[in-house]
Amino acid sequence: MNDTVLERPSDTSASDASCSVVTLTVAGQLCGVPVLGVRDVLADQTITRIPLAPPEIAGSLNLRGRIVTAIDLRRRLRLPPGEKGSARMSVVTEQGGELYALVVDQVSEVLSLPASRLERNPPTLPAAWAACSNGIVRLADRLLVLLDIGRLLDIPAIRG
Amino acid sequence: MDDLLAEFLTESNEAIGELDLALVALERNPQDRDTLALIFRLMHTIKGTCGFLGLPRLERVAHAAENVLGLLREGGMLATPAMVTLLLAALDRVKLIVAGLGATGTEPAGDDSGVIAALDAVARGEAPPADAAPVAPATASAPAAAAVEPAPVAPTPAAPRKGRARPKAAAPAAPAAPTAPEPTTPEPTAPEPPRPPAAPVAVAASAVPAAPAVAPGAETVAVEVAGGHTIRVGVEVLEQLMTLVSELVLSRNQLLQLARSQENPLLTAPLQRLSQITSDLQEGVMKTRMQPIGNAWNKLPRLVRDLARDLGKKIELVMHGAETELDRQVLELIRDPLTHMVRNSADHGLESPSERRAAGKSETGHITLNAFHEGGHIIVEIADDGRGLALDRIRAKAASRGIAGEAELAAMTDAQIQRFIFHPGFSTAAEVTAVSGRGVGMDVVKTNIEKIGGSIDLRSTHGAGTVFTIKIPLTLAIVSALIVAAGSERFAIPQTSVVELVRAGNGLNDAQAAGEDAGGERAGATAIEHIDGTPVLRLRERLLPLVDLKQILQLGTETGDGSGDVPTIVVAQVGSGTLGIIVDRVFDTEEIVVKPVAPILRQISMFSGNTILGDGSVIMILDPNGIARMVGIGTGEKSATAAAASGAAGSDERVAILLFQAGDGAPKAVPLAQIARLEDIPRERIELSAGRLVTQYRDRLMPLVAISGAAADGPTQPVLVLNHRGRSVGLMVDAILDVVSDRMQIELSGERSGLQGTAIIAGRATDVIDTGYWLDCAVPAGGEDGSDFNAATQFA
Repeated sequence: MNDTVLERPSDTSASDASCSVVTLTVAGQLCGVPVLGVRDVLADQTITRIPLAPPEIAGSLNLRGRIVTAIDLRRRLRLPPGEKGSARMSVVTEQGGELYALVVDQVSEVLSLPASRLERNPPTLPAAWAACSNGIVRLADRLLVLLDIGRLLDIPAIRG
Repeated sequence: MDDLLAEFLTESNEAIGELDLALVALERNPQDRDTLALIFRLMHTIKGTCGFLGLPRLERVAHAAENVLGLLREGGMLATPAMVTLLLAALDRVKLIVAGLGATGTEPAGDDSGVIAALDAVARGEAPPADAAPVAPATASAPAAAAVEPAPVAPTPAAPRKGRARPKAAAPAAPAAPTAPEPTTPEPTAPEPPRPPAAPVAVAASAVPAAPAVAPGAETVAVEVAGGHTIRVGVEVLEQLMTLVSELVLSRNQLLQLARSQENPLLTAPLQRLSQITSDLQEGVMKTRMQPIGNAWNKLPRLVRDLARDLGKKIELVMHGAETELDRQVLELIRDPLTHMVRNSADHGLESPSERRAAGKSETGHITLNAFHEGGHIIVEIADDGRGLALDRIRAKAASRGIAGEAELAAMTDAQIQRFIFHPGFSTAAEVTAVSGRGVGMDVVKTNIEKIGGSIDLRSTHGAGTVFTIKIPLTLAIVSALIVAAGSERFAIPQTSVVELVRAGNGLNDAQAAGEDAGGERAGATAIEHIDGTPVLRLRERLLPLVDLKQILQLGTETGDGSGDVPTIVVAQVGSGTLGIIVDRVFDTEEIVVKPVAPILRQISMFSGNTILGDGSVIMILDPNGIARMVGIGTGEKSATAAAASGAAGSDERVAILLFQAGDGAPKAVPLAQIARLEDIPRERIELSAGRLVTQYRDRLMPLVAISGAAADGPTQPVLVLNHRGRSVGLMVDAILDVVSDRMQIELSGERSGLQGTAIIAGRATDVIDTGYWLDCAVPAGGEDGSDFNAATQFA
C-alpha cells in the first residue's frame, strides 16, 4: 500500500549530511527540508479527513500500521489549493514520538548544499513563509527555500 | 550500586505489600505459625539486604521489628492487636524510608528512635531479658553467616524472592541474592538485576490466600515450580509487544481482505494458518497484560483494619474473585476509586457496634468485594451490610442545594434519589470526618470510572446495606467498535457506550425537504421530529435528544456513497443519560486497536482516539461523552440546575413561588425551593472588595449580585440568599413582595440572559429568573471571577 519511493540511505555520512536537503515543490516553489529529519517519502496516499481539525491538517494516513498526521503544506504556507485530483507526495518526519507527513506537490531529490550559498530570509517574505523558513539557498538556476520542520509542525490555533 | 538499589526497592515494595496483608491476617489468627514465618522471612530479607547496601536507618528499624517477630515466632508470646499496630507502624516507617530511597537514591534523614524504642520495649518487656539478648545477635548474624557461602545463590537467575527469603533454620544459604556476594565479590551481582528474579505479580497478588498456606516444609517445591515458570519483564517490553501485535493484526486483516478479492487457492491455506497464529499471539500478548484484580485490592485489608481501629468499629473485609483478571492499564485506573469506595463503606456505610446491636445485627460489619466477568466486562461489587442510604437526607440535601425542585424530587424513584450521591460536592455525612464526608468523593469515582468507559450504579436498602456495582471494560487497548458513516467519512463508536440502534424512518429527510413539515411520518416508522429545528426522537414514551453527526462535525450536507440510506440513530450512554447520534449509515462492528490521537488534535474533545481498520484506512474514534459535552448535555452544575428549574417550571403541580420586585415593570419570580434564606442587609454593611460587592454574612464574605434593574436605595437592602457549593450568594432585589403557591407554566421563553421566561403567576405576567445564571455570575465556575462579575454588575 505504501509505496516508498525513496528512503533515506542508512549510510549517509555525518559530515555532508548536515547540509543535505530533500527538495520538494509546493505550488511551483522549490523548497528543501534537512534530510536527517526525513523518515520516508511517500507516493500519493489515501488520507482520512479529520473533522474540526485546523485547516492545515489534511488528515491522517496509515504508514505500515502507524497513524501519521498529514499536514498540507499548501495550506500551511497559505497557498491556493492544488488542482483537484492531482497526485501529491508526502515527506514523513518524526517529532516527539509522533509521525507527521508533509503533503507537497512533488518530492524530487537529495541535494548537498554548501552552507555558503545560504542567505537569510528577505524581509519582504510573506509571513507564513518567514515563519517556517530558515533561509534561502541560491542554486544555479533557481532559489530554494530551506524549511524548518519543527516550525512547520508548530500549528497555532486549534478549533475545539 | 544503582542496579542493586533498584532491585532492592522493587523487592522491598513487594515485600511491604505482602507484609501489610500478612500482619492483618496475623492479628486475626495470632496462632498461625505459617503467617508468622512468612512475616519474619519478609522482614528479615529487608533487613539483611539493607545491611549490605549500607542503609543503616532502614536496617535499624527492620532489625527492631525483626526482634519482636523473632520472639513471636519462637512462641515467646502471642501477637496482640497492640503489637500488630506497633509492627504496622514500623512497617510504615520502612515504607517511608523505602519511598525516600526511591525518590532520592539515598536514605532520607529522620528520627526513628520512637518506633525502635517501642519495639525494643516489647522485645524486652514481654520476654525474659535473658532470652531476648541471644535472639537479637542470632538474627543479626544470619546474613553474615549466609554470606560465607554465596556461590550457590548468586548465579541462580530465576530464584524467586520467596525462595531466597527462606528462614535460616530451613536453608542457611538463602538470603537475598544481592546481599550474599557483596562482601567478597560485588561484580557478579551487577549483571543480575536486569533480570530480577523475584516472583511476578501474579504470585504476589495471590499472596492473600496462598501465602499463609505455604508451609516452610512445602516451600522448596513451590519455589522450584515458581522459579521455572516466571520471570520479571519490564512493562515497556510488554507495551511494545502489544503495539507490534496490534500492527500484525491489522496487517493480517489487510491480507485477508486482499486474498478474498484475489481468490488464489495457493494463498488460502498459509494465510489461514497465519491468521490463526496471529489470533493466538494476540490472545497470548493480551494475557501478559492481564493482572488479577486482587492487585488493586491488596492494600485494602490494611486500610480496613486501620479504619476499624480509628472509627471504633468491627469490620470484616471479605474478598471474592480476587483472581479475576483485567488489563493492567484498567487496573491502575480503578485502584483509587475502589479504595475510596471501601473507605466510604467503612466510614459511612457501616454502623458502630452499639448501633448494630440495637438494630439486631451482628456487631461485626461486613464489606464484601466481589469481582467477576460478564460479557466483555468485569463487574466489581462493593457491598456493605450497614445502614444503607438515608433517602430523606439525600432528598433534603438535593432540595437545599437546588439540584432538584421539590416537585421533581417527589416524582423520583428511590433509585434516582440514591444516585444523587454521584452529584459533585454531594455529601450527606452529618459531619466531616478525617476519613470522608467532604463531598468530593463519589462524583470523582464516577468520573474516573466513566473515563475508562465503565459505569457505576448502586442499590441500597435502608437498614440492610448498600451495594455499589462497577462495570468496566476488560481492556482499553483493543475494543469492539461500531463503524458508522456520516457524509463520506467513517467513524468508530466504542461498543461499550452504544445502548441500541434505531432506524429513524424518513422523518428527517422529509422534514428537511419540506421545511418544518414533520407531519409526513409513515405509520410504524420511528420518525425524527423537530422543535425549532432541534431534532428529537420519541423513543418508548421518552424524548431522546438527538445530534446530527454530520452537523456537529461540520461535514456539510454532502452525502456519501450511502445516499438514500435511511438515517440510523445510535443511542449512546453519556454519563447517566442517553443521547441519540444521527448517522447516515451503520456498517458493522470491528475489533479495533485504540491509538491516541496526535498531540495537535487532542483539543478536539469529540475524539477519544483513532485506529486503522482492516482495509488499512485510518478512522477517528468518537467519544459520545465528548459529543455530549460539546452540545451542552453535560453533568455540569449549571445545566443540572437549569434542568431542575425547568422541570419544576413545566410541571402541573403547584409550587411555592417567591415574588419580588427588581427594576420597573412586571414582578419577578423564583421557585422558593431554590432560595436558602431572605435577608435585609443594612446598606452600610455592603462593601466593595476587589471591584465586587460583598457583605459579611455568617462570618464569611458573601458575594452580592444585583438582579437586572434592581436599584433600591433604602437603608436596608433586601437580598435573596442562594446556596451554591456550600457558599452563599446574595441576589440584591428592590423589594420582596410575596410568596404564592401556583403552577409555574413558563409561557414565553426568555431571550434575556438571567431570565428563564415569563409565566402567569397570581394572575400577572411574571418574569421567572434563572438562578443558575446568577449563581454563575457571582461564583463563576471557571474561576474568571472578574470578567463575569463585571458583566453582572452592569445591570446594577
